[in-house]
Amino acid sequence: MNVMNMERNGLNNKSTFSAVSEFIAKNKIGFLLIIVLYSALFILEKMMPPSSMLFVVLKKGAIYALVAVSMNLLNGFTGLFSLGQAGFMLIGSYTYAIFTIPVEDRAAVYQYFDGGIIRFTVPVFIALIMAGVAAGIFAFFIGLPVLRLKSDYLAIATLGFAEIIRAIFQWNKLGPITNGSNLLKKFPSFSSVLFPFTVAGISIALIVLLINSSYGRAFKAIRDDEIAAEAMGINLAKHKLLSFVISSFFAGVGGALLAMYQTTVQASAFKAAMTYEILLIVVIGGVGSITGSVISSFLFIACSEWWLRFLDSETYIGSFKVPLLASGFRKVVFSVVIMVIVLFYNQGIMGTREFSSEGIARFFSRIASRNRKEGA
Amino acid sequence: MEFINKNLPYILAGISLGGQYALISIGYTMVYGILRLINFAHGDIFMFAGFAMVYLAASTPLYVSIPLVIIITVILGFLIERIAYKPLRSAPRMSVMISAIGVSYLLQNLAWYFTSGLAKQYPKIPWISGSITIGSATTPIVTIITPILTVLLVIILVMLIKYTKIGMAMRAVSKDFETSQIMGININSVISFTFIIGSFLAAISSILYFTSYSTVTPVAGAMPGLRAFVAAVFGGIGSIPGAVVGGLIIGMCENITKGLGWTTFSDAFTFALLIIILVAKPTGLFGEKTTEKV
Repeated sequence: MNVMNMERNGLNNKSTFSAVSEFIAKNKIGFLLIIVLYSALFILEKMMPPSSMLFVVLKKGAIYALVAVSMNLLNGFTGLFSLGQAGFMLIGSYTYAIFTIPVEDRAAVYQYFDGGIIRFTVPVFIALIMAGVAAGIFAFFIGLPVLRLKSDYLAIATLGFAEIIRAIFQWNKLGPITNGSNLLKKFPSFSSVLFPFTVAGISIALIVLLINSSYGRAFKAIRDDEIAAEAMGINLAKHKLLSFVISSFFAGVGGALLAMYQTTVQASAFKAAMTYEILLIVVIGGVGSITGSVISSFLFIACSEWWLRFLDSETYIGSFKVPLLASGFRKVVFSVVIMVIVLFYNQGIMGTREFSSEGIARFFSRIASRNRKEGA
Repeated sequence: MEFINKNLPYILAGISLGGQYALISIGYTMVYGILRLINFAHGDIFMFAGFAMVYLAASTPLYVSIPLVIIITVILGFLIERIAYKPLRSAPRMSVMISAIGVSYLLQNLAWYFTSGLAKQYPKIPWISGSITIGSATTPIVTIITPILTVLLVIILVMLIKYTKIGMAMRAVSKDFETSQIMGININSVISFTFIIGSFLAAISSILYFTSYSTVTPVAGAMPGLRAFVAAVFGGIGSIPGAVVGGLIIGMCENITKGLGWTTFSDAFTFALLIIILVAKPTGLFGEKTTEKV
């Protein structure tokens, strides 16, 4: 604990500016790559037709990356096996939608509830933060009783809370606020792929900073051995709750982005199956690897929305009907792949390693040195 | 008397549904007692049994198809354990649970693929599909048969666990995994046997359940599965009488909330019950207390 305090003080004493500039200097290649990525996206959008599947994948992939990373913070870095992510996304997306539907459209959206009771709107940016805060507040009150439970009981209790949240949002008595079980629509959405990338990018960067801080080290200690962590002076209840609330905050922001992407929201879509899907993304990427979660969410979305679509439609080559291909086959292939990963490659794509610019540099220098040796 | 007459159908339906949940939750409770694993796929095994019945009854007479359904379901349960859980025996608990979720995902998607996601009509079974009049209430025969059958099966199961050699082995394994292995118990056969019993009861329960609900869909097993798990936790995980009592309570509660017109909240209520019991008495009604050693 003393060591941690010293570190925290040390950070505070240094001027923030020099700390930031030092951080940037240390990760020069990484920042360069990020700048290159964003400008590439900008150019792509200018060059390709906006209806291209690529943009669907990029938009949805960025959103799922954020949600998967937020789940990884909980499951992979704090060792809390929670299955409540869909519930917190639901809170986020509803909060965003409720507060941003333009006043003049409310009568049409809340047609069964006299235009609803909320008669104002807030700017998109503030609504996004509100979405996260709302999810975080719910998480705080859910976490107080639930986080005392151990592994699988925690999983089933958080799954239960997600179901309860869904039922409450569909409740007709709350219709003037949530529109009951009807759709919410006509709220502002985004068209450029840069928007979800920026929001998700900033959020993921914040999570990475958290994980690399003394709090993150405390989370990892809890994950590795709860009893030892407690003996080292880490306040278990406080840190678990902190991780749970922060994870839910970002799940809420992710939910709001998902609402913007879909342009409509309905509570019945946020089922336990959605949580399972996100959990499988985390597992494919590697439990405990941020970059793994990001890579696997883009892969997952690309496969399910684009590359494997052909499995779902009956295909003829000449007069020969390709066997097995029919509606639903894509998901079967998917689940088999997932089972293979779970059973034989339980590390996922990245394990607990991270994809870094130094790693790439090392990789290339290793290849170069091997080539030199072979040449000699 | 007036009150009973008015509510008798709900109460009877509640007891019957509770009996069906009880049969499923025995599968959860036994697997959890031995492997410390929530078998998320159990609800989907139950759904699979429903579909097997739909397809088999279309081509074979009932006295062939019912035993066949039970056999196929048992084989499925056995295979799932061997393929998806056995290789992960020494892996962390989280991996096994993720594997269970993966199996559940696979079974649901397979069912979706073969049925194109359409609800299938469950065949009528002559002895249990009709209705019967008790007092002033008319109920399907299945509501009378279920509790009787449940009690009968539970008695047989308890006898099996108490008085046979394999039952003794099961009790030993659930008490202490490693020590019983040292004592010469073949862990793998005990675990397989547990899954076989669980799947057998799930198959019976699916016949009773889907007769009263009349259609099967690929996600039909998810919610009954979760509710049965809640029942198992409620009664105290690892305890068979607990699972039965829990199942009856959950079934009654569901029907009462529906009877009061709170259908949206019937699932939420079940989970609220779970959270209350987990926070107040984590071992459930009949569960044994375990102490964690450092």
